[in-house]
Amino acid sequence: MSKRHPLDVVIIGAGVVGAAIAYYAARAGLSVAVVDRGPVAGGTTGAGEGNLLVSDKEAGPELDLALLSAGLWRELAAVLPHEIEYEAKGGLVVAPDEASLGALRDFAEGQRAAGVEAVEAGADQLRELEPHLAPGPVGGFLYPQDAQVQPAQAAARLLAASGASVHLGEEVTGILTGPGGVRGVRTRGGELLAPAVVNAAGTWGGRIAELAGVSLPVLPRRGFVLVTEPLPRVVRHKVYAADYIADVASGSAALQSSAVVEGTPAGPVLIGATRERVGFDRSLSVEALRRLAAQAAALFPFLADARVLRTYHGFRPYLPDHLPAIGPDPRLPGLLHACGHEGAGIGLAPATGVLIAAALTGARPPLSADPFRPARFAADPAG
Amino acid sequence: MSPTPRTLVGGAPSATYLLRFDGRELTAQAGQSIAAVLWGAGILAWRTTRQGGAPRGAFCGIGSCYDCLVTVNGRPNQRACLVPARPGDTVTTQEGTGHAELGV
Amino acid sequence: MPSSASDTAPPDLAIVGAGPAGLAAAVTAAGLGLRVTLVDAGERPGGQYYRHPAPGLGAERPEALHHGWSAFAEREAALRAHEEAGRITYLPAHHVWAVVPDGDAWTLHAVAGTGPDEAAAALHARAVLLATGSYERQLPFPGWTLPAVVGAGGAQAMLKSGLVLPGKRVVVAGSGPLLLAVAGSLAAAGARVPAVVEAAAYSAYAGHLPALLRNPGKLGEAATYGSALLRRHIRLLTRHAVTEAHGTDRVEAVTVARLDRDWRPLPGTARRIPCDALAVGHGLVPQLELATGLGCATRPTADGTLALALDAEQRTSVAGIWSAGETGGIGGAQLALLEGEIAAHAIAGRTVPAALARRRARLRAFAAAMGAAHRPGDGWTGWLRDDTDVCRCEEVTAGRIREAVDELGARDARTVKLLTRSGMGWCQGRMCGPAVAALAGDGPAPDRRPLSCPVPLRHLAQLPPADG
Repeated sequence: MSKRHPLDVVIIGAGVVGAAIAYYAARAGLSVAVVDRGPVAGGTTGAGEGNLLVSDKEAGPELDLALLSAGLWRELAAVLPHEIEYEAKGGLVVAPDEASLGALRDFAEGQRAAGVEAVEAGADQLRELEPHLAPGPVGGFLYPQDAQVQPAQAAARLLAASGASVHLGEEVTGILTGPGGVRGVRTRGGELLAPAVVNAAGTWGGRIAELAGVSLPVLPRRGFVLVTEPLPRVVRHKVYAADYIADVASGSAALQSSAVVEGTPAGPVLIGATRERVGFDRSLSVEALRRLAAQAAALFPFLADARVLRTYHGFRPYLPDHLPAIGPDPRLPGLLHACGHEGAGIGLAPATGVLIAAALTGARPPLSADPFRPARFAADPAG
Repeated sequence: MSPTPRTLVGGAPSATYLLRFDGRELTAQAGQSIAAVLWGAGILAWRTTRQGGAPRGAFCGIGSCYDCLVTVNGRPNQRACLVPARPGDTVTTQEGTGHAELGV
Repeated sequence: MPSSASDTAPPDLAIVGAGPAGLAAAVTAAGLGLRVTLVDAGERPGGQYYRHPAPGLGAERPEALHHGWSAFAEREAALRAHEEAGRITYLPAHHVWAVVPDGDAWTLHAVAGTGPDEAAAALHARAVLLATGSYERQLPFPGWTLPAVVGAGGAQAMLKSGLVLPGKRVVVAGSGPLLLAVAGSLAAAGARVPAVVEAAAYSAYAGHLPALLRNPGKLGEAATYGSALLRRHIRLLTRHAVTEAHGTDRVEAVTVARLDRDWRPLPGTARRIPCDALAVGHGLVPQLELATGLGCATRPTADGTLALALDAEQRTSVAGIWSAGETGGIGGAQLALLEGEIAAHAIAGRTVPAALARRRARLRAFAAAMGAAHRPGDGWTGWLRDDTDVCRCEEVTAGRIREAVDELGARDARTVKLLTRSGMGWCQGRMCGPAVAALAGDGPAPDRRPLSCPVPLRHLAQLPPADG
């Protein structure tokens, strides 16, 4: 491995979070290396739908992070190649009945106070926004800040734009430490020396933490997505039913589903995603497919006649309080974490990159990273 | 006389019938797929692609490649190499997704 | 595994695929007393190898288009007899899209019928034999998406089932023993075949003489095809490839160039051959997605594809799931028939006759020798231009795939797919998969198609809900 430039930081993970950290760290003047055992976007990023959502988050630290990210994604869309397919399409949350519309109204009220744009739409307006929507929903909310990117492209283009030295197909086998803390990483290909190491290994972030001798309780939460045959642009927004929000926030291990339906520039309609805690189980869940299909057809009846060409699954990295771990680990100087974003990693990546870059350079972060302290699950958080 | 597939296997179809392809009448032999009827009439393309608008027809011949997708009696995305031709079928060149009616 | 007396109990065995392996397994298993469900995507038994016209076409001599027709005819008759006797339930036009565990048995989900008659079907069985065969391996070249450029196996299939030809002057190209059979059939049916263009050198067989000589029957089959070509004055160009197809609305000519040992076109050797159709294919690829979806282990094979890892009695690595024929490695119809019979014995709990095991070993060795001789050389990508479509469905060019690999960090076919959409279309990478893997610098990866065919969303939505 080349040691031409002394590195300031090694980032473990070439998913969208690692790529965004590389991008903002490099822009802050740091010399950056990214290392991943697989290819770019090889883990949860590649299995994502590319949701950049504020609509599904209640007022709180995650929403603040999402709002910061929403602005950063808009800026990135102007500088990254169009292949990232950034679309400010907006989200549309529909309520099946008055009770759920009322709950949605309260939810949106809290979000507005945090800076979210949420526009109530009556049943007629829903039909104007989505002409193929089934009759039934009594109303809903339009969230113009919800957007979408093609996640693998977004990660790859961020990584390329960062100018970081990229080491793909090199598994990290050890975190090198010395008297002052972290010294770098050991991979199957050799050593990468740097005074800081960022754990951006997503669902596998717990294993990297373990290599560094600390614990971080990242667990997989499986999700299935259905992909239809290519269609004309039939679905304009990200459309989902109000109960999706409860599913996202749930800690239950059981299978939950509430379909988010959206069109893509390439033509297929994406229908995602289920949530269930079954470890790294890669077998097909016919029940997950059934629920997604039934819910999607209930929202958009024309989908019943569409063919599903494929389905895939991914493993969202989640932490017990459903917030990511972002920032330095007090238990090992020089070690930082940026993982556990659950199903929101694509959306939260730029803000995560900015926070980590600030932590690395000592700059003032645009918002407090305190709620995301990585050691918050430890028995003695001070380490 | 040079051989043909029919002289090779002998016999005769139990019936022949007409179907329409883009307004043109074609003769089908009972038991043929739609792709076979079209090939028999010297027609090798019956779909245009979504991006490039390029002409396509049967390629793999066994239902694996989906290049032979065509609109049959108004239903798009039927594999011409598998779907049996039926008397009176209306077959239409399929453009793009075949679902233009869904566009908004 | 004796049959259950109960009518409601699932059958002993479900067989997916009624080609040579599945058909042989079904009639053998039924003969050994098992209750069998034989489910097949095709309208008629026989699979691709014994593909034949529908009864309505009234062909008097379907055997004129086949080698070894009697082996099929006998088993088809046996199938009908077992059906009559209620020992086999034969379900044609059922495309199984997934096999999933269901307690101590299996559920097979299928799309039944075509067009407006499409319906959902679910079947159950205590053991499953996957005899899903193979499809043709395609290596792209400029112009390969033109109309009248068709798969070599595709031309053969259309002729066998529909009694039609793609053109009057048909160049046959690619690699593998199938090319000679295709050229022979096309010529016998009246097409002119200006040339058979084979990328491998037949001298490549020399390294495998022992395996070849132990299989005089198979050599005889090849010699039959070879002498048929001679009789019809068809030129056989070995170590050559079609490197471009020309035309606007359909192919009008092809460029043929000489190749080096690694299948790299040699400069200055290109020449044009006029034609109105091209039948092209580079061997076959085992169709494994139902098996890999269940977690069945695979192994790399001599021809550069992946096949299922099977034991001597056709067991996969997943208990209760068996496989026979091309899924265990491309080996042809004779081997598939044999393996179907072996699997049926093993599933029925009988001792596999030693003669079957011996013949299987001999034919497997022959298949490996043929596979090694026709394995594509790395240099074939040299005939791709940056604007050549590699993924036919999503119209993804070689240039975009190279960008994903060289500039965006793709190191395998899956990441190329995520970055370019190659393999995301209707065919789910069956046509472009081997090419994309080669361009990614990656070996073949196990098929990941949790749905083995497109499924109407309505069918998924109407599945019975799981308990709880």
